[in-house]
Amino acid sequence: MRTHGWSLVLLAGLVACNGASDGVSAAAGGAVVRFADRDPGTVPGGPGAGKGYAIGREATPTEIASWDTDVAPDGATLPAGQGTAAEGAVLYKAQCQACHGAKGEGMAPAFPALIGRPKEAEGFVFAKDPKLVRTIGNYWSHATTLFDYIKRAMPLTAPGSLTDDQVYALTAYLLAANEVIAPTATLDAQALRAVKMPYTDRFVPDDRRGGPDVR
Amino acid sequence: MVSRRDWIIGSAGALGGAVLTGMPDAATSQGAPAVPAVPVDPTKVPGGPTSARGERSPFETPSRAPTGEITGNSLTPLEKLTGQITPSDLHFERHHAGIPVIDPSTHALLIHGLVDRPMRLSMDDIRRFPQVTRVHFVECAGNGRAAFRAPKPDLTPQKVSGMISNTEWTGVPLATVFREVGVRPEATWFLAEGGDACLMTRSVPMEKALDDALLVWAQNGEPLRPAQGYPLRLLLPGWEGNINVKWLRRLELGTAPWMTRWETSKYTDPLPNGTARRFSFEQDAKSIITTPAHPERLSSRGWRPISGLAWSGRGRIQRVEVSTDGGTTWHEAELMGPSLPKATVRFQYMWNWEGQASRLLSRATDETGYVQPTRSALIAARGIGTDYHFNQIVGCDVATDGAVTFFGES
Repeated sequence: MRTHGWSLVLLAGLVACNGASDGVSAAAGGAVVRFADRDPGTVPGGPGAGKGYAIGREATPTEIASWDTDVAPDGATLPAGQGTAAEGAVLYKAQCQACHGAKGEGMAPAFPALIGRPKEAEGFVFAKDPKLVRTIGNYWSHATTLFDYIKRAMPLTAPGSLTDDQVYALTAYLLAANEVIAPTATLDAQALRAVKMPYTDRFVPDDRRGGPDVR
Repeated sequence: MVSRRDWIIGSAGALGGAVLTGMPDAATSQGAPAVPAVPVDPTKVPGGPTSARGERSPFETPSRAPTGEITGNSLTPLEKLTGQITPSDLHFERHHAGIPVIDPSTHALLIHGLVDRPMRLSMDDIRRFPQVTRVHFVECAGNGRAAFRAPKPDLTPQKVSGMISNTEWTGVPLATVFREVGVRPEATWFLAEGGDACLMTRSVPMEKALDDALLVWAQNGEPLRPAQGYPLRLLLPGWEGNINVKWLRRLELGTAPWMTRWETSKYTDPLPNGTARRFSFEQDAKSIITTPAHPERLSSRGWRPISGLAWSGRGRIQRVEVSTDGGTTWHEAELMGPSLPKATVRFQYMWNWEGQASRLLSRATDETGYVQPTRSALIAARGIGTDYHFNQIVGCDVATDGAVTFFGES
């Protein structure tokens, strides 16, 4: 039995969320229908109110597991394995340095800087000067993002080729080089979950809402 | 006597599209477009035959001027276009690990996480749902950076603002598909993942899925172009380009954002108070004059339209104003055609140029009452280090000799 009750939840959310854009476009146009309100019962020839189309097939657990590699900030899906910053330093030279530079300085614009804590860029002062370089240490908000991204996308020429141990090692190296963890550190799932990035608390929700204010 | 023009057209019919398709690119890359031999009187000789696929006149050679890297971009030549729809082959590109080759017969979308029934949908499955067709723009969040950082006289509209394109998309509302899988009430975010070599991932609040999000497979009446996500992309109208995940293969529903690289390290907006905005999705109202514009030169005095595009990620454009005196006075421009929500609308203002030096500007207002700001107003709000969502007022200077150069506040 499928649940269709969520559209009611949504109606509540509609009022609560981002009233500016939704409310205004409905008021000005009158013709914009939120798709959530497009029940199969309103589609000519459709299966009728509250019914489904029964299209597609159930995804198997194997299919899902083979693609579902993402790691969120809670680190709940981090795999087994471990790596040290020292191991990561060796891997960095072999796998990353060609694009990101020997010192992680990057190669603009395609290959971003990874490493660096210059004094002038500390304190999250990036709004005052576009030349200040954002690195993992002075900008990134979550250590789990490193693991997730390296595993899914790096290196550019052979994405997905690193083992979980190697990804832990590279994550450890980059965090240590950015003075976030000790140079002697070993990372595994538990240790990575515990890492707090220096400026994680500086990120705020978007407060732009349209209307006369420039934000 | 077989002219070059006859040869081009004739061989297209005989050999299929391959030869013809190769030619304009080859010619353009050498810097000299192939100039056809034109009969003295085209009405006195038979024309060319029909062909498998139409091509542009050899006199027209718009180009996206690609950077040529797999992590690079190519820009829509706004000054070469009219109307509101961007031709599919001129839609801007921004890729992060190249354009994948995907066989639509094996491509599938997995939907899992906080749903009653995790599902696998083939492309055939997805096309069986009731379809919708909508016109929306896609604009890169970094569009306008060059003109914001370093306004230079030789910037063309393509270089100033070429990461905006406007398309008629066809697909299925994400809400229809989410209804089918049975979204659990506790689901508040979903992760969208692309099937390219960086497995692009972005977190999206559930409200957007229930509002106007689409799973699209068609662009301007035909399947998506590979560079726009063939065979399937997520389309989140009005939101920054990056989150409109191309080559879509997976949607996972959850209770919190995933904090992917693309929504933390990138696509965040530092503010002067030592914080940074995260999940700043909407593209605020913006406009650009596409004619007159550099490198155009006004060859004669007299009446001409000042024309361009305006758009807002928050809904419809309500008005566009044009100034011909550098912003001292503003005049209401005509909106040409319907102003659709989260779509570009073309504007024009008729102008009688009498040879005087002039500064032309345009300023858009959307239906929320938001007025396109000046560069200094943006800097006051966000700081000069702001790195995305550039929508400052720009324009051009027309010199007494008719030369047109870009103008952006510096």
